[in-house]
Amino acid sequence: MTETPMPLWEVFIRARTGLAHRHVGSVHAADAEMALQAARDTYTRRGEGLSIWVVPSAAITASDPADKDMLFEPTASKPYRHPTFYTVPDEVGHM
Amino acid sequence: MYTQALNQPETGPNAAEDAARLARFEARIDAEERIEPNDWMPEAYRRTLIRQISQHAHSEIVGMLPEGNWITRAPSLRRKAALLAKVQDEGGHGLYLYAAAETLGVTREELVAQLLSGRAKYSSIFNYPTLTWADIGAIGWLVDGAAIMNQIPLCRTSYGPYARAMIRICKEESFHQRQGYEIMLTLCRGTPEQKAMAQDALDRWWWPALMMFGPPDSESAHTAQSMRWKIKRFTNDELRQQFVDATVPQGHYLGLTFPDPELRFDPATGHWRFGAIDWEEFRRVLAGDGPCNRERLETRRRAHDEGAWVREAALAHAAKRRARAAAQKIAAE
Repeated sequence: MTETPMPLWEVFIRARTGLAHRHVGSVHAADAEMALQAARDTYTRRGEGLSIWVVPSAAITASDPADKDMLFEPTASKPYRHPTFYTVPDEVGHM
Repeated sequence: MYTQALNQPETGPNAAEDAARLARFEARIDAEERIEPNDWMPEAYRRTLIRQISQHAHSEIVGMLPEGNWITRAPSLRRKAALLAKVQDEGGHGLYLYAAAETLGVTREELVAQLLSGRAKYSSIFNYPTLTWADIGAIGWLVDGAAIMNQIPLCRTSYGPYARAMIRICKEESFHQRQGYEIMLTLCRGTPEQKAMAQDALDRWWWPALMMFGPPDSESAHTAQSMRWKIKRFTNDELRQQFVDATVPQGHYLGLTFPDPELRFDPATGHWRFGAIDWEEFRRVLAGDGPCNRERLETRRRAHDEGAWVREAALAHAAKRRARAAAQKIAAE
């Protein structure tokens, strides 16, 4: 059984107006239009969404988990990027 | 809906793993961190997950067949609409789970081929026939009920994509069990013949439902490792007992009796004690010799073969449209 693999698509759904599209899973489909229909049947049977994006999985570039420290550790040493790093006298009030 | 601990023997070499990476992996498991697709993981963890998730996916797909048998003969439009929605959910659950298994590096085509060739297992319960409408009630109440017992702890399983698929599935599953119980309740409040039908369905589905939790802990080779890696959170016997404790009072409320003369409440422990399960039958059905094994696989193979031209045509159409769009783009430049 050697079949041509069906392309893989990642599915993103906007649950409500004002929210960002969020990754919910993936589907296999021959083209974008069929991927949208498959995503609708698979991921929105109970009013989960108002809008769907499908993206070819192969088009996604992801960071390598092995690079996690190199990429994200430096932010831990920069507390001056957070408002709580700075002292404001109580008399000044909320800022 | 239908995970089952089948405890297939693990094959393949137990490769010497990088000790430091293994230690880091286990520390993450101990800290209740989720493992994600591109993270390093021991080969045995990957293999166990592929086996368990794909068996679970196959069970959802094959599980559509016994219930599909009654869609055209549902006794009312309300029942038919609910059964259609339930069977569609099972198909959806199969797809969530196949997608989760694929993140471990196996393709959909391989997984489907494993099912159709008979190499992969699926839950033994779907090799029993649905003889009357009451069976649809018993399946929802007992089979989905057992599945929920199994699946709720899996929402906290250590592999991220599996846990996320299980959360979606569990949210949708509760309707399945309630619609089944409602069918049983309606039959039990109906004519004596209808109540007898409900009793007959319970008599036939009770023991197979208990077998859904897999072999007893004493014979379960993988439980210890799976618990260590938090793939499983409870043992087969623990889940089976939880199911019996929850289900027996529901059956008594229906006014039905269970086909187990040894079933009795143990006030000292608060548990319902049940008789011995026929594990010989379980092994026989799992090995391919249940009442419907051949018919189920035959139906899946036919559906796959008869859909081949649709998949081919869809791919050819997509390729043609891509080529045409590319040609137009070149012409426009």
